[in-house]
Amino acid sequence: MELLDNLALGFSTALLIQNVLYCFVGVLLGTAVGVLPGIGPTATVAMLLPITFSFEPVTALIMLAGIYYGAQYGGSTTAILINLPGESSAAVTALDGHEMARQGRAGPALAAAAIGSFIAGTVATVVLAAAAPPLASVALKFGPADYFSLVLLGLIVSIALARGTALKALAMIALGVLLGTVGQDIYTGTPRFVFEQRELYGGIDFVSVAVGLFGVAEILRNLENEQTRTAIVSKVTNLWPTREDRRRIVAPILRGTGLGAALGVLPGGGHVLASFTSYAVEKRVSKRPQEFGRGAIEGVAGPESANNAAAQTSFIPLLTLGLPAHPVMALMIGAFIVHGITPGPNVINDEPALFWGLIASMWIGNVLLLLLNLPLIGLWVRMLRIPYQVLFPMIILFAAIGTYSLNFNAYDVYAIAFFGILGYILIKCGCEPAPLLLGFVLGPLLEENLRRALIISRGDPSVFLTRPISAVLLALALAALLVAVLPTIRQRRAVVFAEEE
Amino acid sequence: MERRRSFPDVLAGGIFVGVGVAFVVGSLGYELGTPTRMGPGAFPLLVGATMAVLGLAIVIKGLIAGEVVSFGPIPWRAVALIVVAVLFFGFTVRRLGFVPTSAVTALLTTLASPRVRLLTAVAVAAGLTVASTLIFVVGLQLRIPLWGPWLGL
Repeated sequence: MELLDNLALGFSTALLIQNVLYCFVGVLLGTAVGVLPGIGPTATVAMLLPITFSFEPVTALIMLAGIYYGAQYGGSTTAILINLPGESSAAVTALDGHEMARQGRAGPALAAAAIGSFIAGTVATVVLAAAAPPLASVALKFGPADYFSLVLLGLIVSIALARGTALKALAMIALGVLLGTVGQDIYTGTPRFVFEQRELYGGIDFVSVAVGLFGVAEILRNLENEQTRTAIVSKVTNLWPTREDRRRIVAPILRGTGLGAALGVLPGGGHVLASFTSYAVEKRVSKRPQEFGRGAIEGVAGPESANNAAAQTSFIPLLTLGLPAHPVMALMIGAFIVHGITPGPNVINDEPALFWGLIASMWIGNVLLLLLNLPLIGLWVRMLRIPYQVLFPMIILFAAIGTYSLNFNAYDVYAIAFFGILGYILIKCGCEPAPLLLGFVLGPLLEENLRRALIISRGDPSVFLTRPISAVLLALALAALLVAVLPTIRQRRAVVFAEEE
Repeated sequence: MERRRSFPDVLAGGIFVGVGVAFVVGSLGYELGTPTRMGPGAFPLLVGATMAVLGLAIVIKGLIAGEVVSFGPIPWRAVALIVVAVLFFGFTVRRLGFVPTSAVTALLTTLASPRVRLLTAVAVAAGLTVASTLIFVVGLQLRIPLWGPWLGL
């Protein structure tokens, strides 16, 4: 069994003492930022990325990945206990989870979320391990034209799933792509849009963009109408679900896992979509749909499983194609590149220990999360009392220090302020920041492959349609664009997201 | 469906048009090349033009059938203080050194919240300075001098 050999290699890497330690640090931090409203995994990964540069590549990636899926666990805790989702995908958990907490059943709700997440995480890790190698071998056959179409497809699918209007999301992608062209041109070395500032020759650092858009802009949003968090936290007693509860959560967990594992592969907020879809499905198949919204444990178990499964499988496009499905994945690309590894289909062959170690670490991380979340729930509840007035200066200061330590370039720090303000204005105008970051990271890939494909085809643009892989991908991109723009489907999408407000 | 003029739509569209046009103008200053060998200006020209068109569409849609987004208040104090704090950090970290720069940055940021009292702000800033010095300089061995040349030490 090749898969077993690979997993054995993975576990032998992931179980190295420093890897387990940093996996623990990652999921711990992830849970913390998931629990705390007002700071998300994107800003956290962006801030901590510079710190991981001195680590071994596999250790760095294990920790950063831990922050991402750890946040999915933590987000549900806040959603259940204080009806405030710490992470966007946990919004749906709040519907029934908080209702259960109000009925004094916070314990079973938390347990259902944690157990569901654990099962989902375990299954999705296996899916990831099984699906990644064949996908990577397909991707190795891709030429520049195919890659161009693939990146285009990824960008367009990401808007089909984003909130807000498709038009604005498209414009945000374009803005990201344009900002990505700042710096020296890859083929001719011509400095572009640098305003004669030598510090900009290397381009704008994506950490600055991410910290500005997801850290500073978010803080400004929160300071608009600052309220003291009234932490009326329900007492958590009786963690273990009753026999009846256990019977009721089995099927939702399994359905949620399947849904999440499938939807997580899609670019752009797959985990958010997964949890909403799972909730809708559970409500539809339930014999007691009237209980939903009034504390149905299925409404907690299903979506929580779905978003955690999706969090794991969203690593599939990253590890096999080098395409990020989520802003955090975009930052992970940066982490790969800094360590001299180009994310994509070659990783699995060139760096098997890293590839399988990262996958194995996710299962270890899920075990750690289960241990962290259930017995230590009291600690997280207490953390909710940290006032925002301490939290946000910490985020800004750490962001500034972290970004500066990247290259010791003051421009990277100025860029945080610039992107913070730009992001803030655009978010206030109803534009989502995620497409901009994806465009920024993928833009250079788009340009490089476009130019390379045209060099190979001697300037004939029909190459994108005559190569079968590229043609299929472009057709899919067109279909995704239609889905995003057509009003009927948009309305249905609006319904799905309306509950999030 | 409610049709109305939407200020946020027009503003967002305007930003996209402005930035798109700026990039188009900028890229005309670089070599455009031929389709076979695209020059450095070609790709930004293409994307910039696309964005300007998208922005224009958003403006037009905002004028006739805009998205109902409430713009909300702007926390001017927070915007100003946080921008100043971040710029201050970038500008002085090499000159004043890590400790004083962090302290001032943290204090300015803390004051961004209108609800904070001065004493609390000083305490938070002091705590954050100590914490970040311990984490970044002592723990992670970041090579930034603690005290910079401006202090004449």
